[in-house]
Amino acid sequence: MTKDKQVKVALVSCGSEYAGVQGELEKVAASVNAKLIFPEIDIASLDTIGRDFGIEAASPDLRLMMARAQAVVEGLTDVDGVFITSCFRCAEAAIVRNEVRRYINKHSNVPVISYSFTERTTAATLMTRMEALTTIAKRKHLLAREHQTGLTAGIDSGSTTTKAVIMRDDKIIGQGWVPTIKVIDSATEAFNHALEEAGVKAEEIQAIGTTGYGRFLVGEHFKAQLIQEEITVNSKGAVYLANKQKGPATVIDIGGMDNKAISVQDGIPGMFTMGGICAGASGRFLDMTAKRLGVEITELGALAVKGMQEKVEMNSYCIVFGIQSLVNSLAKGSRPEDVAAAACHSVVEQIFEQQLQEVDVKEPLILVGGSSLIEGVPKALSDLLKINVLVPPNSHLIGAVGSALLASGFVED
Amino acid sequence: MAKVIIYPINSLILSDLVERFGHKPLAMMEKIKEKVNTVGVDSPPLNITAEEPKMGLKYAAVEVPAGVRGRMAIVGPMIDEAEAAVIVNEASMAFGCMGCARTNELTKYLIRKKEIPILEVEYPRSEEEGQEFVYKIAEFLKSLPPEDKV
Repeated sequence: MTKDKQVKVALVSCGSEYAGVQGELEKVAASVNAKLIFPEIDIASLDTIGRDFGIEAASPDLRLMMARAQAVVEGLTDVDGVFITSCFRCAEAAIVRNEVRRYINKHSNVPVISYSFTERTTAATLMTRMEALTTIAKRKHLLAREHQTGLTAGIDSGSTTTKAVIMRDDKIIGQGWVPTIKVIDSATEAFNHALEEAGVKAEEIQAIGTTGYGRFLVGEHFKAQLIQEEITVNSKGAVYLANKQKGPATVIDIGGMDNKAISVQDGIPGMFTMGGICAGASGRFLDMTAKRLGVEITELGALAVKGMQEKVEMNSYCIVFGIQSLVNSLAKGSRPEDVAAAACHSVVEQIFEQQLQEVDVKEPLILVGGSSLIEGVPKALSDLLKINVLVPPNSHLIGAVGSALLASGFVED
Repeated sequence: MAKVIIYPINSLILSDLVERFGHKPLAMMEKIKEKVNTVGVDSPPLNITAEEPKMGLKYAAVEVPAGVRGRMAIVGPMIDEAEAAVIVNEASMAFGCMGCARTNELTKYLIRKKEIPILEVEYPRSEEEGQEFVYKIAEFLKSLPPEDKV
């Protein structure tokens, strides 16, 4: 990443300088070789931007935010990406931020990310998002890759499980899937499983790509050619495995710790959100549900499909309350099938309520991540959105496959 | 006949004007009447339940307070349906008002964003301005297609 030219990111905010987070924003930008800049505007435009843009916001700093967005769209400021941010819990800012993001997305090709901060927001929290933004802005040639060539490996060091694949000429020839305990040990174990299944030696691998939470550590350990955040890698892996590389698509990745909703065009992410206010909206809740019901996580899906979620009231907005309603419903005599169905529905409902309104859902909707293998989850999502949900083969290996695919770009280089 | 959304969304005077010129006003009163008279929903006085803020997610993100989203669940579909709009800015409370400034900002924005004929006028402060005000609205309403589109 450091070999690339510095990426210019427009900071479109309503006063992050006053919130004690500016230093963290600068830090995360510097760590991905980006520089935050404040788009120049005509001061007189602040008097008219409310009517021009359409939102007559009471806060002048939100008017400044709209004026800066307009400067980006009109090309008055030359930037590679835009970071829109405002305070968490400010209703007016939430309205403006959302509309400003849609406005830039509609009227320009500049990639955009949006985030609401608190004074506790750190550079580490923003790392994946900022890395994805700079990748989309500057490494489009890498993301344009549609075929895996040569012999490459991908390792996805996730928060719950570590996945590894070996690929040769567009085929997965070996895979490993183990729980994440110690990051490097688990990655080594998964990698060895994959090598064994593929019948190849580590020295024969021509390029390695890593992704997931442990990507830096694992990447350094295996001397990976590509160390890449999971938003670009997973969207690439999803459209590749689903064979939907051209045109629009929406990728939903329900992870063990957080979820991603990504709107993709020709395999390149556009708008995306990384959610998970609480693990109640993630695979972790399903894991805990399976444990409480006394079934393996792999059996939860089949159980859920037999149940009726309507019979159990469950809201996993918070994982503690989610587990509480789970325990209460079992105590009242609810059937395990209905509880399993309600848990799947609740996770999907959280994604719908918290994330999906921030990306434009366009078909095909591709569901990936370990949770996609729990049959009740795609069913609940399909029931809720009233559209078909596509779960591609090997959907749990999405990050590893995406990494192996993108890493093959380094074989030819 | 055009479906005309009015702002303030509950202005009786505007609603009446739209109707007098042969168009269908899209106003809050009718929607609230539907809500209040809904049989089987027990959430008085307006019968707005926890479902409405969820429906409002189509128009505002989850971070936007539930009260804004609940209001948008009623106002949003009217904006979607609108074929024309009359917006009166800085109106007096008696002319019509929505109690939530955030909902008002979003409502006006979503109307403005739609590619439909829109008239924006300032609320009159004198008799002369009042006459001009009614004249502008009348001319605008006359310019809209008189017959049903379908």
